[in-house]
Amino acid sequence: MSTTKELWVFAEQREGKIAGVVYELLSEGQILCEKSGYTLCAVLPSADGASLCQELYNFGAKKVYTIDDPKLKDYQNDYYSRAVAQLIHEKKPEIVLYGATTIGRSLAPTVAVMVNAGLTADCTQLDFDVEAGNLLQTRPAFGGNIMATIICPDNRPQMATVRSNVFKKTKVSDSESGEQVSYNVDLSAVPERMRRLESVHEADNTIDLNAAQYIVSGGRGVGKPENFKIIYDLASELGAAVGASRATVDAGWISHHHQVGQTGKTVCPVVYVACGISGAIQHLAGMQSSDVIVAINKDPDAPIFDVADFGLIGDLHAIVPEFQKQIAAAKA
Amino acid sequence: MNIVVCIKQVPDSDKVTIDRETNRLNRAGVPSIINPFDENALEMALQLKDAHGGKVTVISMGPPQAEEALRTALSHGADEAVLISDRKFGGADTWATSYTISLAVKKLGDVDLVLFGKQAIDGDTAQVGPGVAHFLDIPALTYAKAVEVTGETLKVTKVTEDGYEVWDIDKPCALTVVKEANQLRMPSLKKKMAAKKAEIPCWGFNELQPDEEKIGLAGSPTKVSKVFAPPVKLNKEILSGEPAEMITELIQKLKERNVL
Repeated sequence: MSTTKELWVFAEQREGKIAGVVYELLSEGQILCEKSGYTLCAVLPSADGASLCQELYNFGAKKVYTIDDPKLKDYQNDYYSRAVAQLIHEKKPEIVLYGATTIGRSLAPTVAVMVNAGLTADCTQLDFDVEAGNLLQTRPAFGGNIMATIICPDNRPQMATVRSNVFKKTKVSDSESGEQVSYNVDLSAVPERMRRLESVHEADNTIDLNAAQYIVSGGRGVGKPENFKIIYDLASELGAAVGASRATVDAGWISHHHQVGQTGKTVCPVVYVACGISGAIQHLAGMQSSDVIVAINKDPDAPIFDVADFGLIGDLHAIVPEFQKQIAAAKA
Repeated sequence: MNIVVCIKQVPDSDKVTIDRETNRLNRAGVPSIINPFDENALEMALQLKDAHGGKVTVISMGPPQAEEALRTALSHGADEAVLISDRKFGGADTWATSYTISLAVKKLGDVDLVLFGKQAIDGDTAQVGPGVAHFLDIPALTYAKAVEVTGETLKVTKVTEDGYEVWDIDKPCALTVVKEANQLRMPSLKKKMAAKKAEIPCWGFNELQPDEEKIGLAGSPTKVSKVFAPPVKLNKEILSGEPAEMITELIQKLKERNVL
């Protein structure tokens, strides 16, 4: 039985590669552990976790619980939830953080019910109340119109999911030391109720909004699907990914892979250029932590200007091509 | 196939704002709708029924006015509806909500498939589907965009971050459904008329006989500690004038910030 309390990060892996959000959670975990005095740990269910531990140490994990089993090679909700819940029952961590990925958003609510824990989804800010010993979990609600701080005063662990790109990655060093703790879970008693037949990665998803340094996004103001060309042209000049508002995706102007917002992707580029996006709160929730936001809109009262660093009031059909032209000229 | 679709009545969330002075929600006059993703779950159920027969039951947990959402679902083609409502269920978080809904599904009895929208647009938690599945001890798949009946099991295509996966899953099971799955059919006039008159039973504490410690505020591990307006950027710069001048100024300022 460990004497220090622990903060865990679920170390999600796919095909033997740790998800980027795990390093972001560990980075935030370092700060929370400094405040709380808890020990930062990672929980790694996989077929063979030993080789994945070093990078987790490098991002601040002092301890990695590896749960190795051929059944844990790929994500399967029944096996993963049993493994993580059993470890939680035994080790009793104070806090468990998960990436709000398609995996984390299945696993965390299942485990929450299994271990009788509170769970807060899609937190955008975490803090620790030292006096009360509570994790302060802040998240947008009502499509981002309000922010709410959630606490979980009586139940442990306190669990939260956090989307990618909400926290910045901070590596401690390239050669941190840590302790691998192998943990065995007997999964033979878990009935096999679902089987993955196929896993397909689609080529269309090369638009990697998550990793993009620059994003140019189009909204309803673009006018019609053909007009997205000027958005693409500017993006290509800037080396940017192309984003879109929910309205344009719903209208079928562009594929949903491009959607930025509460129900799309959360992004955090160096520069976000919003073209003809009014700034419905649900869009703002997906991009307002970008370093610099440039808004181009003809309506000076558009809410997008509330979050913009630079607002350009005018016709995007004139401004966007001009932006592209001057960038091209600067490169020449 | 007997299918239960769990729907939630939500405020049209694009229209809810917060009063920056009082930190109170301005909900007056904001229309209530069926959570958009739940419409996709309903359509998936109706298509399965069209192809394989059976019954589609919609259930909703909420205040008495959530009955309106159930009537709308009936007008689109659901066969039966049950409202889950009781003052004692009020203040439930996703844990207590999952427990309460699971009792109603159990009470419905012989169920092959329980469908949910992938998340509700007011809370955006996506937690109740997997939570209910665990209370029912049935397997769950999230983000389903297509389902096919293959003998005793279902073949489900689910969306992932960069593509999709195909799963074989035993019945009974639970699925949460994404927008790309389909579009809800229009209500027919005849069904609209019938929906107006339909009997919708209300199941509360007495009907569901829950464990009192697992419902409502008392059964909810999470508590809202405070609510506030999102922060606003203070030092923004507004540029106006000719496009060429604005862009020249913008590029210069971006360079000053070392981001270009």
